[in-house]
Amino acid sequence: MRATVDGNEAAASVAFRLNEVCCIYPITPSSPMAELADEWASHGRTNVWGTVPAVVEMQSEGGAAGALHGALQSGALATTFTASQGLLLMIPNMYKIAGELTPAVLHVAARSLAAQGLSIFGDHSDVMAVRQTGFALLASASVQEAHDLALVAQAATLRTRVPFVHFFDGFRTSHELNTIELLSDDDLRALVPEELVQAHRSRALSPERPFIRGTAQNPDVYFQARETVNPFYARVPGVVEETMARLAQRTGRRYRIVDYTGHPEAERVLVVMGSGGETVKETVAWLNARGERVGVVQVRLYRPFPAQALADALPPTVRHVAVLDRTKEPGSVGEPLFLDTVAALTESFSDGERAVMPRIVAGRYGLSSKEFTPGMVAGVFAELTGERPRRRFTIGITDDVSGTSLDCDATVDIEPPETVRAIFFGLGSDGTVGANKNTIKILGDEGLHAQGYFVYDSKKSGSQTVSHLRFGPQPIHAPYLVRQASFIGCHQFALLDRVDVLGAAADGATLLLNCPRPADEVWEALSRPTQEQILAKHIDVYTIDAGRIAREVGLAGRTNIVLQTCFFALSGVMPREQAIERIKTAVTKTYGRRGAEVVERNQAAVDSALDGLHRVEVPDRATATREPPAVVPAYASEFVRTVTAQMLAGRGDDLPVSALPVDGTYPSGTAAYEKRNISELVAVWDSDICIQCGNCSFVCPHSVIRSRYYDQANLKGAPDGFRSAPLDAVGLPDTRYTLQVYVEDCTGCELCVQACPVVAPGSAGRKAINLAAREPLVATERENIAFFETLPESDRSRVDFGTVRGTQFLEPLFEFSGACAGCGETPYLKLLSQLFGDRLMVANATGCSSIYGGNLPTTPWTTDADGRGPAWSNSLFEDNAEFGLGFRLAADRHTELARRRVGELREQIGPELVDEILAAPQLRESELRTQRERVNELRRRLDKLDGPTVADLQSVVDHLVRRSVWIVGGDGWAYDIGSAGLDHVLASGRNVNVLVLDTEVYSNTGGQMSKSTPLGAVAKFAAAGKTVPKKDLALQAIAYGSVYVARVAMGADPQQTLSALREAEAYDGPSLVLAYSHCIAHGMEMRDGLDQQYRAVASGYWPLIRYDPMLRATGGNPFLLDSPRPRIPLADYTNRELRYRTLTNSDPAEAERLHGLAEQAVDQRWDVYEEMATRGAPHFAADARQDRG
Amino acid sequence: MNLATSYMGLALRNPLVASASPLSQTLDGVRRVAEAGVGAVVLFSLFEEQLRREAAENARLVDAGTESFAESLSYFPAAAEDEAGPRRYLSLLERAAAAVELPVIASLNGVTRGGWTDYARAMQDAGAAAIELNIYYLPGDPRISGRDVEQRHIDVLSRVKDAVSVPVAVKLSPYFSSTGELALRLDEAGADALVLFNRFLQPDIDPDKLAVEAQVGLSSQAEARLPRTWIALLHGRVHASLAATTGVETSADVAKYLLAGADVVMTTSALLRHGPEHATVLIDGLSEWMARKGFSAVDDVRGLLAVPSDQDEAAYERAGYVSAMRKANSGIYQPW
Repeated sequence: MRATVDGNEAAASVAFRLNEVCCIYPITPSSPMAELADEWASHGRTNVWGTVPAVVEMQSEGGAAGALHGALQSGALATTFTASQGLLLMIPNMYKIAGELTPAVLHVAARSLAAQGLSIFGDHSDVMAVRQTGFALLASASVQEAHDLALVAQAATLRTRVPFVHFFDGFRTSHELNTIELLSDDDLRALVPEELVQAHRSRALSPERPFIRGTAQNPDVYFQARETVNPFYARVPGVVEETMARLAQRTGRRYRIVDYTGHPEAERVLVVMGSGGETVKETVAWLNARGERVGVVQVRLYRPFPAQALADALPPTVRHVAVLDRTKEPGSVGEPLFLDTVAALTESFSDGERAVMPRIVAGRYGLSSKEFTPGMVAGVFAELTGERPRRRFTIGITDDVSGTSLDCDATVDIEPPETVRAIFFGLGSDGTVGANKNTIKILGDEGLHAQGYFVYDSKKSGSQTVSHLRFGPQPIHAPYLVRQASFIGCHQFALLDRVDVLGAAADGATLLLNCPRPADEVWEALSRPTQEQILAKHIDVYTIDAGRIAREVGLAGRTNIVLQTCFFALSGVMPREQAIERIKTAVTKTYGRRGAEVVERNQAAVDSALDGLHRVEVPDRATATREPPAVVPAYASEFVRTVTAQMLAGRGDDLPVSALPVDGTYPSGTAAYEKRNISELVAVWDSDICIQCGNCSFVCPHSVIRSRYYDQANLKGAPDGFRSAPLDAVGLPDTRYTLQVYVEDCTGCELCVQACPVVAPGSAGRKAINLAAREPLVATERENIAFFETLPESDRSRVDFGTVRGTQFLEPLFEFSGACAGCGETPYLKLLSQLFGDRLMVANATGCSSIYGGNLPTTPWTTDADGRGPAWSNSLFEDNAEFGLGFRLAADRHTELARRRVGELREQIGPELVDEILAAPQLRESELRTQRERVNELRRRLDKLDGPTVADLQSVVDHLVRRSVWIVGGDGWAYDIGSAGLDHVLASGRNVNVLVLDTEVYSNTGGQMSKSTPLGAVAKFAAAGKTVPKKDLALQAIAYGSVYVARVAMGADPQQTLSALREAEAYDGPSLVLAYSHCIAHGMEMRDGLDQQYRAVASGYWPLIRYDPMLRATGGNPFLLDSPRPRIPLADYTNRELRYRTLTNSDPAEAERLHGLAEQAVDQRWDVYEEMATRGAPHFAADARQDRG
Repeated sequence: MNLATSYMGLALRNPLVASASPLSQTLDGVRRVAEAGVGAVVLFSLFEEQLRREAAENARLVDAGTESFAESLSYFPAAAEDEAGPRRYLSLLERAAAAVELPVIASLNGVTRGGWTDYARAMQDAGAAAIELNIYYLPGDPRISGRDVEQRHIDVLSRVKDAVSVPVAVKLSPYFSSTGELALRLDEAGADALVLFNRFLQPDIDPDKLAVEAQVGLSSQAEARLPRTWIALLHGRVHASLAATTGVETSADVAKYLLAGADVVMTTSALLRHGPEHATVLIDGLSEWMARKGFSAVDDVRGLLAVPSDQDEAAYERAGYVSAMRKANSGIYQPW
């Protein structure tokens, strides 16, 4: 049976059907395999032997590997799905599983490892890091292979007892949709007979026939015991080959552990593994058809390395071999596949099996999903033609530092003409990708072969998508982006000015524009370069106002179906009537489960689409004078202009090695240069009725609302439209107040409007800040912002840090992030940056906050006018608390060193200054500012001194101003993968501050359950509703007695949030702040986020508390219950979120039961808290550090 | 005291029926009402249009943020995408029907042809003892004629009657040019009961907040006069059972409806105001009143003060309706 699926589904479909236990943990790009398994299990789908596999989410990949090991030792068929850092966390168990000869298959969507930067994209860095564990490694090169070899791996592991890693390229294969032939259950059973399963079970631990496995061994036997397994490994290549042959018998699809394709008398051959092999194979055929003699060796079984098979595969005529590795091993003689190939051929040659030893060179390609194209393959073959090809090279980049890179011809096009290629530019929110996925399925169902691959932006709001589609009568083996498209869909008109939409348009291509203008005005609206491209490439242009049609049928913003219909009509892939009918069928199929209303609206969109489609008359010459706007402003730093701007314009691939920092260090504050204009509606201030409370600015997730107060004399020279009002404060006459909205950065999330307490007199609901159309405002607001930035900044020492109103005057040093519009996390980070930014160090766990906080091209953490600002870094997901503790340990040592050196230099520096510095309190902002001035003075004096002590002091002198160390992360980190580390750091007694941005799911990887997920909520891996209550991390931390603990919710009580962050920071010990963060994964209107926070607190679900050990030390009750008793039913909070409603819909009885239990839990916890709030100090744990005296 | 009542052929232990209200939105609520002693329970209404809107809304929320960022191409398990449909309602109905001894009547407000019949059938399958059609129809289009609206009622009833075998009641609005004629037509079309009357959910306006308040006001005793008058007029003129609803606060109100000719008396507001246990108070009060007045069976009470259907002038006079009307017309009542 044929189906159109992606690589993850292809692999998971087999893995699920051949296992009893799936121990999983979410990690990109493998998460969908686990999610599918969970979904199938929740629907009661069985494996081929009638068992519904248990799908268990663990706290980390380390945990998943442990559970996997246990399940295997107990006789279950067990698997896991992972990638990258996750695979690394499994390494200890992998040695154990292999050492005990335990059959199992790990399915890996191969991905880069975090080095100078994290990357979620594909290469072989992770799988190469486990090649030494004793696992066999089997590589799939395509979606079909990911399906077939998943079976081969499972059969072979049971037959050989050697465990397997079955891997395929992350994203390129894991996320590529392609048409494949499915394996039936009978196919699976035929290759994995039950005897093998029973043999596995017979080796399991059992008290009925006890033995001991997992002994500690001594020098006398460990070595020999290690050698016992050799025969098992020796059998693997043969067994895999044989299994592949049996698969071929059943399916006709023939794979070999090492496959040679090409000229039988080839002179030049590439050795390659993974999806790149497909590209090489196709290019080899194309080159040979043009008279060359080239070939390719595709390695499928990589461990145990089939040296003999490789040597045998290579024709004796070969003189030049290039081995391509998709990984980098700095400092090595060469990358692993190269070294293995050299060893195999050398041995073959020295044993006399080969007459001629070919010259072997090594190349790296495709790191982090870097494109690997036929042009590059041709480039490598060209290099091999030379007398002395480069021994080590890279392909696909320009390495102007070490000179490793080969040239290649980007115009090489080997694709058969009957393959139709199309590219669609859209936004994530307009549904372009979803529609294209549907298109592929429609075409697949029509008997065509179809392929789809989707490229996403690095932002979570307003993100761009590019869909690459191919279809035709032949199977499609082209694992690279479409480079010559006959159809271009530009679903967002503004993208024409931002990215090179027509760069990949073939001559005579069709361009479909979604444009709100009438057809006869479209041409004039294009920029000059776009017009020129259209003319040069003879592009046929069509336009439609899909936005209007979508609105009219009740699908505002979702233009996908309208544009999909136009694509079918214009591309002529099938007759119009037939296409419309097929789209409608697909709509019913895709949206049927969502109800009649959704289906009807989408059907209506199909029906209305073609009426609005018009051809654009293209004149014979370019008429526009308009150039696209500059990517970044001219005043940006050189790095931003030459490097960041290239990335922003989608030309990052062209950046040479020399352009990039050597150690992953990038300048702060680059998000400010990227004016994204992603929202049609933006916030507008009404200066007349504003009460200057600062609420809007406080809650703004994107820091686009800024306030300053200033002497009115500063208004001289203000632009006409610049707004200000008298400052609403006593004792400051002649002082004006301005609230400036950065409209080009505003996401239109509306939280500010919701937070505004003012209602305009004479109106029904108009606030002092409202949303209005952006377009007419941009030009004037640009001028206003420029003027606003010239106004003097509010003096920090005069701002009341203790009030929400005061904080609006503190400059945010976290701005314009790419987080979701209305994000519930970022307001807390912004507040941190406002309060402590100039001495803030942030250790950020991997997750949403590390992505919107640190994903290139531009980043939001920025600097103040003095160049100071948060120092931010991300280590890993699991180690963040420890990473941050390291910041503290270093700071403490260096503070101590600085104080010692200052003391030693007392006389030279001046005793008075030194004494002041050493005795200075540094709690209040005014104290910190004074200390800063003293340290500045100290610096000046040190500049005039010299000697080793002076130099030493200069290197640490900054530490005389107290640093604020914050450990930031989400609940996936704090409650799950980093839980042990967090616990340890909280128990350390050190002065670190932990901010948990609690969204109650793994938000960044798409909403998987964590131990923070509440009872009764539905999440991925808790599709039937979570049946265990959320962990009370606050009470755990309180138990130590030495930890400051707060639970806050900005939307419920901003003042309490502010107090908690300040107290936590001031507390000389570990602090833990748990911050309610509403999230898109909750399934609610993001503009209602603050209201939901209020409801969470008012229902008693999220009681606001503070626990301050300092109060206990002075005899007071350290436990403060800051929110009033529950005053709305829990349902008034939960019913507003899809995560709770889903269960009410899918299993109403269970939802009622869990809701009842959740209500009880709220009451019980409230009772406990209330009791704690009335206890005397002696009833709480003592802080041993305080008691030291 | 014999309170046994027949309603649409269903045998009820007494004539008090708990009508659709928030109390019947949970199994626990239904249980409490049943334990308080009512004769039957009508579940809250299933609104097809609301389900459709909810499904569209959920679909939008499921889609939010998807296919935008490579790590999080979706945020919910596939199950969240599924249309809730009537599952929640049917599950409650099924559990309620199994949990209590008395008849549980489902209430349906459809919009589409298929919606009315499919949901009605599903309700029957889930254990509904009868189905009450809550034809709550506010034409947004002022050009729709009164006759069309009436015909719509007849059509819906006929279709549902064809689709199910359990009894079907129609809950009516009082706002027809000739409510009586429509009642007769519905009777002819096979309605097993007429429930008089539906109350429009008319939102209020809060002048302080400058906002429309969607709250539903509870009914008051005075509102009982309209349905009572119609019941008195229709008693004996239709085959369908007559259910009275609106304004039942005390056992006297129950007695009044019975005297006017209601087969059953429904109450919502009183149970919401005083708790479901108030049903016991109403039933006990009815028994006490009957004892005091010398009635031994509720059937003896029913219709005693209805407008007689035999056109007997004297009886008409006796019932006091005509004289009441005359008094009204002679200016003794000054409504304005």
